[in-house]
Amino acid sequence: MTDAREAVTRAHHEEWARVVAALTRRFGDLDIAEEAAAEAFATAVERWPADRVPPNPGAWLTTTATRKAIDRIRRENKRDDKQKEARMVHDDEPPGTLGVIDDDRLRLIFTCCHPALAVEARVALTLRMVGGLTVREIARAFLVAETAMERRITRAKAKIKAARIPYRVPAAEDLPARVSGVLAVLFLVFNEGYLATGSGADPVRDDLTAEAIRLTRLIRALLPDDGEVAGLLALMLLIEARRPARVSAGGELVPLHEQDRGAWDAALIAQGHRLVRERLAAAAAGVAPGRYQILAAINAVHTSARDIRDTDWSQILALYDQLVRLDPSPIIALNRAVAVAELDGPEVALAAADRLEPRLAGYHAFHATRADLLRRLGRGQESRAAYDKAIELAGNTAEFAYLTRRRDQLR
Amino acid sequence: MQYLVSVIDDKENPGRTDRQPAISEFNERLIAEGHWVFAGGLADTESATVVDNRGEQAVFSDGPFVESKEYLAGVWIWEVPDLDVALKLATEASKVCDRKIEVRPFR
Repeated sequence: MTDAREAVTRAHHEEWARVVAALTRRFGDLDIAEEAAAEAFATAVERWPADRVPPNPGAWLTTTATRKAIDRIRRENKRDDKQKEARMVHDDEPPGTLGVIDDDRLRLIFTCCHPALAVEARVALTLRMVGGLTVREIARAFLVAETAMERRITRAKAKIKAARIPYRVPAAEDLPARVSGVLAVLFLVFNEGYLATGSGADPVRDDLTAEAIRLTRLIRALLPDDGEVAGLLALMLLIEARRPARVSAGGELVPLHEQDRGAWDAALIAQGHRLVRERLAAAAAGVAPGRYQILAAINAVHTSARDIRDTDWSQILALYDQLVRLDPSPIIALNRAVAVAELDGPEVALAAADRLEPRLAGYHAFHATRADLLRRLGRGQESRAAYDKAIELAGNTAEFAYLTRRRDQLR
Repeated sequence: MQYLVSVIDDKENPGRTDRQPAISEFNERLIAEGHWVFAGGLADTESATVVDNRGEQAVFSDGPFVESKEYLAGVWIWEVPDLDVALKLATEASKVCDRKIEVRPFR
């Protein structure tokens, strides 16, 4: 019984995007694809405990979802037009003729990340259709009401249908222009996996981080010379490498300086470092690095140090200075302040952080950073207040546990 | 799939007025590639009249239905397979006309 339930959960993580993508190709309609996929999973929840888990869950789900979709279209056709039936039998691009990369999920991503959609809609739709997140989870990640998020997703799907946004990976000459939006979305998917929101949820959703990495690798195969694609892949690999050390057995977040570096994934670090070196060589040859490449370089410095005390903070600060010029976002400035604390002390860093308050007052990491700096300065009372604020805003269970313990240590 | 392609000009910051030869050339290409259905430039918004006969008697009012600094200067109707093709052509059209372009599908 519980085995079957676990199998459904696992299949949802592993197969959701594949099922949706396959149905989108078959029926050319995101709504039909999504609803039929959801029905197929609901059927699996009913059937698998009684009939045993099928040997190939992905194929079972795709077949079931296809049947559900056809039933649905037949029902609607009795009332409506014959147009959908025509679309149902019309599969204009058989697999195998899709060029370098034949990946339904990649086509789904490029459809969800179409530049004709608003950026927030692209991210939300990708998380829903490719990441399989529920509307509630997405709404929580973006701090908006569920109904507002539902509307945003519905509207985006309606536009795809009405304006005829095609379901395909764009042609080679259009790729560079389209790819930056896709990278932004993949990084958000990765981050949602790395710091999952939701009180009942696992603090880390490695299905999402793995999917983001897998898709970024595919894009790298499409665009091997794109520096930012390489940079983002390196960045994800270097963050993912630290995952085994990031949450304690008790479900608490372990900050970088307390992590057991022996538990880091050496193979991922080696891959990430190789990519960063490749980009450093390009930078030496005069190609200016973009933000993902610089972020990857920062993470390469962190993962090069065998011990936190060996960390080359001046190198990290120099990279942040470069990044701030490229991306003046207050979050980058906050992370820079953390590096400043290591070089110039917590007082200087606190002054830098405080200047960001007007823009970051609603961001949990801002309060967590301040709390830590205040604690190091011996200002316990103020530190407690900052921890309280951070705890109130934290959406991740592991982070919540860590911040609570830290606060309670203050006397 | 047909799209209405609107050319949008700006009264405060109008596009260049020497675009006609380039537009004609672009139209030739649309025809050759099978995308051209219809095109037409519009006279100034001052020449518009709005008719409202929803009430007891028809009311005619002078000028466009909405007063704004941006206005519709001309339209195309294109026949293309999908939005990507329409957007690619619209990107060129914006350059050719030196104006903003709105692409909107027919139902």
